[in-house]
Amino acid sequence: MATYTMKEAKPAPTANKGIIFWLKENLFPDVKSSLFTLFGLYVIYSIVPPLLDWMIFNATWSGTQDEVVNSGARWIFIIEKFDQFMYGFYPESLHWRPNLVAIISIVFVFSFKYIKNLKVKIAGILLFPVVCFVLISGGWFGLEVVETEKWGGLMLTILVAAVGIIASFPIGVVLALGRQSNMPILRTLCIGFIEFVRGVPLITILFMASVLLPLFFHDGIEFNKLLRALIGITLFQAAYIAEVVRGGLQAIPKGQYEASEALGLSYWQGMILIILPQALKISIPNLVGSFISLFKDTTLVLIIGLFDILAMVTLTNSDTNWLGYEVEGYVFVTMIYWVCCFSMSQYSKSIERKFNTEH
Amino acid sequence: MKVTKLALLFGLTAAVPTLSHAGTLEDVMKEGVLKCGVSTGIPGFSAADSNGEWKGLDVDFCKSVASAVLGDASKVKYFPLTAKERFTALQSGEIDVLARATTWTATRDASLGLNFAGVNYYDGQGFLVSKSIGVNSAKELDGATFCIQAGTTTELNLTDYFKANGMEYKAVTYDTSGQTIDGFKKGRCDAVTSDRSQLAGLRIKLDDPKSAILLPETISKEPLGPVVRQGDDAWFNVIRWTMFATIEAEELGVSSSNVDEMLKSSINPGIKRLLGSTGKTGEDLGLKNDWAYQIVKQVGNYAESYDLNVGKDSPIQIERSLNKLWNQGGIMYPMPIR
Repeated sequence: MATYTMKEAKPAPTANKGIIFWLKENLFPDVKSSLFTLFGLYVIYSIVPPLLDWMIFNATWSGTQDEVVNSGARWIFIIEKFDQFMYGFYPESLHWRPNLVAIISIVFVFSFKYIKNLKVKIAGILLFPVVCFVLISGGWFGLEVVETEKWGGLMLTILVAAVGIIASFPIGVVLALGRQSNMPILRTLCIGFIEFVRGVPLITILFMASVLLPLFFHDGIEFNKLLRALIGITLFQAAYIAEVVRGGLQAIPKGQYEASEALGLSYWQGMILIILPQALKISIPNLVGSFISLFKDTTLVLIIGLFDILAMVTLTNSDTNWLGYEVEGYVFVTMIYWVCCFSMSQYSKSIERKFNTEH
Repeated sequence: MKVTKLALLFGLTAAVPTLSHAGTLEDVMKEGVLKCGVSTGIPGFSAADSNGEWKGLDVDFCKSVASAVLGDASKVKYFPLTAKERFTALQSGEIDVLARATTWTATRDASLGLNFAGVNYYDGQGFLVSKSIGVNSAKELDGATFCIQAGTTTELNLTDYFKANGMEYKAVTYDTSGQTIDGFKKGRCDAVTSDRSQLAGLRIKLDDPKSAILLPETISKEPLGPVVRQGDDAWFNVIRWTMFATIEAEELGVSSSNVDEMLKSSINPGIKRLLGSTGKTGEDLGLKNDWAYQIVKQVGNYAESYDLNVGKDSPIQIERSLNKLWNQGGIMYPMPIR
C-alpha cells in the first residue's frame, strides 16, 4: 500500500523573491511604469535634496544676524520671534497660562474617549471652555486680566478655531433639525439662514463684523473686535455643520424615525437617543473635514487686524531690525499648520474606529 | 441716523455717516489710557519688536499724545488696523486717534467725517536704482528699465514724470509688490519706484543693500499724518499741537537729554513757553502746563524720534530731505507756541 509522504515545500524560485523581484514587480513591471518610476525619482531628486540643504544642512540655527554665512534658511529669525509666533503680544511672564490651557486641552481631548459616565462627560464639555477662558483672559481668582488685543499667534489661531468648532456644533445640529422640521416658519428661517450664510464668503462676514457692525454700536457700547470675529466665524461654520448633519440625518432609514415614534418617545427623546447618535456617527468624516477647513480659514482674521500666526509673519517682518525673513516665517507657519491639521485628521480616524459598530 | 443705519444695512456704504464724538479729551483723561490706531506692520512707522513692544515714528506720536494728555507715555493701548478698517475704527469711536501712515487727501478729509491734524511725515514717490548703472539723479534715467507694479498710481506718476521731462523708460510689469522687488533683485530692471519710506525698507532686504541707492528726487506727494474725528475741536487741537510741540522742540534744540537742564536754566523765552515755565498754552489746550515738557522728556523731539525709527540710527536709514526743519532746507514748519 502506497503511503503518502509530505514533500518539503521548495523555496520560491530566486527570480521570484527578494528586493530585486519586489522592485521589478512594483516599480518596473513594463516600459510605461518604468518611465513613470524614473520620472518620479527624478522629481524627488530635484526637490528633496535642495530642500533639505536649505532647511537643515545649510541652515543657520544660532548666533546673530551678522554671523549668518550659510546660504540656507536663517532659523535664528524664528528662534528670536518664537514667543510672538506662539503667543502674540501675550505678556511673557504670563505665558504659563496659555501653556497650561494647552496641556489641559490635550489631556481633555485624549481622556474624553475613555470617560464612560455621561454626566461626567457633559460636565466636562461645559466646564472645559470656561476653565480655558478664565485662564487665558484672567480677571477671576486673582489672575491678571489680559485684554484680547494682546492675544495672538498660534494661541489665537487655535482659540478661534476651537471656539468656532465647539460653538458652531450645537447651533449647526439645531439648524439641521430645524431645516427638517414640519413647522413652516421655523423651517423657512433655518433654510434662509443656512442658504444665506453659505452663499457669502467668510471674508465678507468678517468685514461685516469688523467694519460695519461698529458703526451700528458706536454710542458707548464697545464690542470687542475678537468677539465680533468669533461670532461671525461661529455663525458661518454653523451653516456648514448644519448641512453636514442634514446629510447624516437623511441617510438614516425612515424605519428608525418610525420606530422611535412607535416606542412612544417624544421628538427630542427620539432625536437624542436614536436618530442623532447614528446620524452624527456617519457624519464624522465630513464634520472633521469641515473643522479642518475652518482651522485653515481662521487665518482670514488677519484681514481684520487680528494677529493669528500667519499675520505674525508679516508683523515680525516689519521690525526694522529683522527685515526680509518672510520665507523662513512662511515655511515655519506651513509646518505648524500641517502638524495641526494632520493631528486633527488622525484624531478623527481614532474616533471613527471607536464608534465603529459594524462587524 | 436711523436712515443711515438702514442704508448701511442694505449695503449703501458710500454714505458714511459723520459721527461726531465730542469730548474725546475728557474721555481719554477719565479712562487714563489713549486708544491709538496703528498699522499691522509698516517698518519704521509702527511695528512690533522682538519683545512685542510697538516701535516706530507713528508709535512715538501716540506716546507723545499720551505724555501730553496723561503725563505718561506708556498709557497707550495700540489698535493694529488694516488699511480698510482704519477709518471705521475712528468713526465708530473704537480709537481716539489714528496714527497709521495715512495720506492726507481732499477726498478723505471731506467725505469721511474726519480731520487730518497735520503732517508728521512727508513721503513721496522715489526711485531705487542699482548702483551699477551709475546714475545719481532721476534726470539721468532716460532709457532705463523699470520694474513696475501694474495698475498702481505709482505707474501713473512715473509716466507723468518721464513725459514732463521728455524722457523714456522701458517697463517690466508685475502683479504684486513682492514680485516687483524680486524682479529688481534678480536684475531684470535698473530701477524700481514706490514711496520713499517703502523703498528704504525694501533696500535693506536686498542681499547687498549697498548695491542700490535711493535717488534724491521725489515725484509725488504723500503727506502722512494723524487723523481725528471731525467735530471735536478741543481734541483736534491737542493732537495738532502735540505734533507741533515735537517739531518746535527740535527747532529750539530741546531734546530728551537736555530738557531738564533747559527747564531750569534756559533764558530763551521760546523754550520757556514751550516747557510751560511761562505762559499757559497747556491750560488753554485743556492740558497741564508741562504738557510739552512731558512729551520731550518721555518721547523726545521730532529729530530724535525720526533718527531712531526711520533715520540715521535705524536700519532703514531714510534721508530726512523734505522732513528737515524749514530753516534747514525742509518743510517741517511748526506753528509758534506762544
